[in-house]
Amino acid sequence: MSELLRSYLTVGIFGVAAIAMAGAMLTIARILRPSRPTRQKLIAYESGVDPVGGDWAQSQIRYYVFAVLFVLFDVEAVFIFPWATRLEVYGVFGLVEMAIFIFILLLGLFYAWRKGVLRWV
Amino acid sequence: MGSLQLVGFVGPSVNWWALLPQIILLGAALAVLLVSALAPQRASTVFTTVTTLCAALTSFVVALGLWSDVKADGPSSSIASAFGVDGFSIFFTVLILIGLATTALLSHGYLDREEMDPPEFHALLLCSAAGAIVMASANDLIVMFLGLEALSIGIYVMIAMHHRRSEARESAIKYFVLGAFSSAFLLYGIALTYGATGSTNLVHIRSYLDAVVFQDQHLLMAAMALLLVGLSFKVAAAPFHFWAPDVYQGAPSPVTGWMASIAKAAGFAALLRIFFAAFASHDVDWAPIVGALAVITLVIGSVMAILQTDIKRMLAFSSVSHAGYVLVAVHSASATGTSAALFYLFTYTLMVLGSFAIVGAMGPDDEHPLSRYTGLGRSRPVIAIGFTVLLLAQAGIPTTSGFIAKFQVIAAAVESESYFIAGVSMVTAVIGAFMYLRIVMAMYVVDEGEEGPRPIWHWTTSVVVLAAVGFTIIVGLVPQFLIEFARDAVPVLVRG
Repeated sequence: MSELLRSYLTVGIFGVAAIAMAGAMLTIARILRPSRPTRQKLIAYESGVDPVGGDWAQSQIRYYVFAVLFVLFDVEAVFIFPWATRLEVYGVFGLVEMAIFIFILLLGLFYAWRKGVLRWV
Repeated sequence: MGSLQLVGFVGPSVNWWALLPQIILLGAALAVLLVSALAPQRASTVFTTVTTLCAALTSFVVALGLWSDVKADGPSSSIASAFGVDGFSIFFTVLILIGLATTALLSHGYLDREEMDPPEFHALLLCSAAGAIVMASANDLIVMFLGLEALSIGIYVMIAMHHRRSEARESAIKYFVLGAFSSAFLLYGIALTYGATGSTNLVHIRSYLDAVVFQDQHLLMAAMALLLVGLSFKVAAAPFHFWAPDVYQGAPSPVTGWMASIAKAAGFAALLRIFFAAFASHDVDWAPIVGALAVITLVIGSVMAILQTDIKRMLAFSSVSHAGYVLVAVHSASATGTSAALFYLFTYTLMVLGSFAIVGAMGPDDEHPLSRYTGLGRSRPVIAIGFTVLLLAQAGIPTTSGFIAKFQVIAAAVESESYFIAGVSMVTAVIGAFMYLRIVMAMYVVDEGEEGPRPIWHWTTSVVVLAAVGFTIIVGLVPQFLIEFARDAVPVLVRG
């Protein structure tokens, strides 16, 4: 067996051990604990408050649009932070590169703004 | 903790000239979006189509300049060998730009008719074309994957853009889910290739595989299998073709044309670059698998096409069987086979785009039953003749480009002594011809007094059909120039 596969074997053994341990604990708990269900105990747990209404609630599509825009700029930040820590090293090349990157993303925001996505109707 | 050293950053040298075709397309996409956001009223279809055509034309001129460079100085590569500039990449750049211009033209009347947003459509189309060019030129598996995703994401959205039709949304979701699934296969294949050879760069992989004899090459075999599965999905080769008929049927016709031609060509470009160029020393391992895929694809594509009653589904299965012919050429793992594959892809692209131009003009996209075409030969004889030529070319009738293409593929198979596969391709060509003749029959054989259909025609569609038919016949009569172009376009991997 090659070295690569041997290291995967460790992962496999670890996985089996994890499943066996969690399974053993849950099984022991199941055997030992008393079971006296009541109606109150069986309703869905919502932070201690009694649940109200059904579970098929509609959510606003505009939250989705905001989420997409958020992801856009979240990812932008992921790229900008490491770049900013090494700015001197990258020099003018890095500056121009990041300017192009931010420009394209800003164009996206501008497009979204002009299309009225940012308006909360 | 060692102190952080301030070492000057030296990026890899970039040959901007070689990247210019994609940069022009991306710039045009951004410009179209910007103008559509700034304009007080809806940006017109004329503006977006003209912008796309201008971008395609400028890129085309740059590609021709690059071609003369390659002729003079030989192939090169740029950005630390990640991006190849050789006959192969320029061949596909030219093909993709022709496809882009054609799709832009044939979507022109369609977008207005179906009230779809032209700027968004064209921006996505341009991005998708840029992705296809990156995919065909990439010398690095990761760059290739980026190109593939840029190509596919654009297509997912373009399919769904017809938002009033639930079929379009359904096929977009189908394509998206299965596309993401196949991308995962491809990525896993890339990861295993990296594990087996220590690099994702095709130039390095090639020189590593040439130099090293594996004691046990299971890892490399698994990598090749996964790469092949991922790419077979993209080119719709059986048994990974199940998405094709449904998605082709549901998508807007211009997008179907784009998927059937350029997405497929880009997939084959990646396939050829990875398997023919990088895994050349292991062709004993992969060629039989590609051959088996080719046989399955040919049989399933041509037999299933006969059973369909919807034109778009027929053309979908016919595109599956065309993928089979290209796979036959790839299977031979020789320079002759590769140039046969390139020739086939080039001629096929024009045929399929012309066909979908006519399908798109034949009315709304909900269903395209064969009965919609009955009597077209009487009501619109010119269109019917054009469609007939394109269908007969796909069947491989002599004096059309399809015949030369099929002949070269089968000749390459015979040359590599795969007589069985050559036989299967000839038999399935006959089976396939039946399906094309069925459509032709429907157009011409009608009862007396029956009124033929009235397609919704736009002059841009005529340009596309005329160009496609003209190209098909000219290449069928004097194929030499394209054969030479394809011969010079065999992929080469050079360190840059």
